[in-house]
Amino acid sequence: MSEAAAARRPKVFGLARRLPEHLTIWVPLLLAAGHIVSFSLWTLWVSFTPSTLLPEFGWVGLHNYTAVLATRNWRIAFDNLLLFGSAFVVLSLLTGLGLAILLDQRIRGENVLRSIFLYPMAVSFVVTGTVWSWLLNPGVGVQKFVNDFGWMSFRFDWLINRDMAIWTIVMAAVWQSAGFGMALFLAGLRSVDTDLIKAAQIDGAGPVRLYRRVILPTLWPITVTVVVIQLQFAITTFDLVRALTGGGPGIATLLPALVVYDFMFQRGLLGRGAAAAVLMLLTLLAVLLPYAAWRHVQARKTARA
Amino acid sequence: MSALTVRDVTKQFGSAEVLTGINLDIASGEFTVLVGPSGCGKSTLLNIIAGLERQTTGTIEIGGRVVNDVPPKDRDIAMVFQSYALYPSMTVRQNITFGMECRNVPRAQRNEAVARVAKLLQIEAMLDRKPAQLSGGQRQRVAMGRALVRDPLLFLFDEPLSNLDAQLRTEMRMEIKQLHQRLGSTIVYVTHDQIEAMTLATRIAVMRQGVVQQFDDPETVYNRPANLFVARFMGAPPMNTLSARLEATSGGTVAVIGGGETVIRFPVPAAAASWIGRSVVLGIRPECIAEPTRYFGDAPGATVMIAAPVEMIEPTGAETIVVLRLGDERALARVSPDLHYRLGETARFAVDTRKINLFDPATGDRIA
Amino acid sequence: MRDTTFTPGRIFIYLAVWSLAAAWLVPLAVVMLNSVRTAEEIVQTSMIGWPQHWAWGNYRTAWADFCVAQTCSGIRPYMLNSALVSIPATIVSTVFGAVAGYAVSLWRFPGDRWIYGIVTLGLFLPQQMRLLPWTIVLRDVGLINTLTGLVLIHSIQGLSFTTLFCRNYYIAIPRELIGAARIDGAGFFRIFRRIVLPLSPPILIVTVIWQFTHIWNEFLYGVTFTTGQQQPVTAALIALSAAVADVPQHGVQSAAVMIAALPTLLVYLLGGRYFVRGLTAGAVK
Repeated sequence: MSEAAAARRPKVFGLARRLPEHLTIWVPLLLAAGHIVSFSLWTLWVSFTPSTLLPEFGWVGLHNYTAVLATRNWRIAFDNLLLFGSAFVVLSLLTGLGLAILLDQRIRGENVLRSIFLYPMAVSFVVTGTVWSWLLNPGVGVQKFVNDFGWMSFRFDWLINRDMAIWTIVMAAVWQSAGFGMALFLAGLRSVDTDLIKAAQIDGAGPVRLYRRVILPTLWPITVTVVVIQLQFAITTFDLVRALTGGGPGIATLLPALVVYDFMFQRGLLGRGAAAAVLMLLTLLAVLLPYAAWRHVQARKTARA
Repeated sequence: MSALTVRDVTKQFGSAEVLTGINLDIASGEFTVLVGPSGCGKSTLLNIIAGLERQTTGTIEIGGRVVNDVPPKDRDIAMVFQSYALYPSMTVRQNITFGMECRNVPRAQRNEAVARVAKLLQIEAMLDRKPAQLSGGQRQRVAMGRALVRDPLLFLFDEPLSNLDAQLRTEMRMEIKQLHQRLGSTIVYVTHDQIEAMTLATRIAVMRQGVVQQFDDPETVYNRPANLFVARFMGAPPMNTLSARLEATSGGTVAVIGGGETVIRFPVPAAAASWIGRSVVLGIRPECIAEPTRYFGDAPGATVMIAAPVEMIEPTGAETIVVLRLGDERALARVSPDLHYRLGETARFAVDTRKINLFDPATGDRIA
Repeated sequence: MRDTTFTPGRIFIYLAVWSLAAAWLVPLAVVMLNSVRTAEEIVQTSMIGWPQHWAWGNYRTAWADFCVAQTCSGIRPYMLNSALVSIPATIVSTVFGAVAGYAVSLWRFPGDRWIYGIVTLGLFLPQQMRLLPWTIVLRDVGLINTLTGLVLIHSIQGLSFTTLFCRNYYIAIPRELIGAARIDGAGFFRIFRRIVLPLSPPILIVTVIWQFTHIWNEFLYGVTFTTGQQQPVTAALIALSAAVADVPQHGVQSAAVMIAALPTLLVYLLGGRYFVRGLTAGAVK
């Protein structure tokens, strides 16, 4: 907001006379802001202490961090995260974009279709995970269904396959979240200046070229937004994994969020748990900070232009 | 007792100084117009007077009372905004009475006040409608009604006519002027339109980049502008500004434009004598250059005939604007619409030298 | 403007999009159908099939009789828990978020930019960074394993979201409207009540829809801070799946899943475009 516009907002006058106003403004905001800051700092502090079942005072430096990074669980979880994160974001992005382009073609029943692709977002990840765990269960799910049809050699047992199980999570996550990208991309596609499209059509651009050279390039900012939000979700995924695979088979589909929970509440190693949580935060910052910097640079470029 | 005094007001936004050294003394019943290009600080000044923003230094006095720390609702003012700022979820009646509601005025009194104001502005038929159902002009009237019903010491208008189309603007301009004459209220009016300023004001404050350039009645601002900026800003088409040299002759001081064959001489007041031998900027309004038969009065030397080549002709119906060349520079003339010219021909024009203004080329200030 | 020509290109588009739509509906269809099939049937013919016997009784079992852990009271108490958490937390966070969003967008006060920045930062802070501190806080105020504790958590954390939403909406209100009201003599609360609030229904609906959906569907806090009978329905579903791991009761489980998902699905279907508005608005953060 420009300085002049910011200054035009009236000031909340006085203090004593305006106590109810100040209370109403400050109490919720301080609670909201305060808890964010204090909780983060507190967890950070615990990560440097030798806490186990209860928080303890003490200082162990980076010991908890090195311990966490050395555990097999964490390394598997982080590798899974890299795989899951990239696969999920790319697939979700492409699916969302594809759906948006399809829906942009002014087809009949567009509203119904949009509702269909978006309904998974209204449902809990626990529900999604549970249902998909049934569908992907080789004993009662898709594999059995196809087998019963006569195709006996059909195999779809990723759920119990150590190497492929992570992909079941990718599938379920894409099913749930593609609608998000679709909604945003559709809005972006619809907001392209029609004069631009007309000019391109007069220039002789066919539909494919029109999309590729004229329309899709304008979707860059939305793409970045979608990627950032999906990455944030991927890094903190907990519910879906718990419901779909429980981290298994074995520990094949562990993700950082489960490792944190495991340290904190199942093994009673609060210090390690806090360290793992901070590591998650750092991973997230590795995505968010470049994004914020990019936004900042973009804003300055348009301001100067 | 003056209705409004602005004393040494400055305003800073961060490192930018938006208002510098504003001093205005406004008597009761005056219609003061703050005029200037966008960004000159006029709206900021109005907001400071209203109390919606706070000045960095300086005092505001309303009705003789220092109101620096007084909130807007207690300053005895009313304001009409450019976008009318009507409360969208309330009816016209509620919009007008909202202020009275906040002051706990009893219902009977409120209704009586609304009726009175509605009659004055002829909006009785729309009292129970919502702003979204009204046209631009009607909304403007409701906004004025909301201001009138407060019966304040000071009315503040922030570019109230900018959102209206040209015809409506002229109508509403006259209505505002009529209201002012009927009610004798003190008005401070902000606009970027210098025609509104000229037609409405008892005094005009021309502002530029946060500084008041001139604060005088319209006639003075128009005919004796304090500097080049005011000269060029007021009047459309704008004043011609030409470089000239002052020379002494037997008949008095003379301004010389151009040189060689195309030299033109105009008599100028003796007050400019100290500038003889130096170059100045000569300002003369287009309406002061007219067809050769125009009569400018009896004073000796008032009318000077010149010959100048015609470069362009713009007939507007009511008159013809002629672009001609004086010396080396272009100048505009406003000529009777009955005359016809050929491009490139040298024609004769009558010039009213009584209204010549001279300016210092370095500072832009008026010399004579 | 709909194009009704039937070129091969358009036929392909229709085929593609409706096949995808069918694929998207499969999970829902499967659960719906299975919820009225018997367990034996499902084991015999896989999850994907049409009911041969209509086992409507599954719903009654799921609702009132089913056993989770040691208690056999069906899913009803957990649904109640979820409602008792979601509804109050949604109301509280929306109300305070609206006022906070109003204050931050239309009024200036010392530190307003900072505090708003921190509050929005809260949207990005992983839940894992907050688990431990909440444990301590809840324990200190004696709210461990209570619904009130969950309401507290969701109310305070929801403020980040609701404040952001409402602030982005209120910021479009013209400053002159507030200026006129101040000259008229209205103060902070009157302006909110008479001018801002009447303009708010669209954003309040969006906020309520999203808060309710988010809190109802939430799992991590539910499973961390409550156990047994106090758990919300999401945690109960997981416990259910674990409890029946040996003898799957897919029919009853499907019924339970349908019941659990019903409230948010209803909100989605009824809320329609407000849901989508929340999506696009949320992306602006």
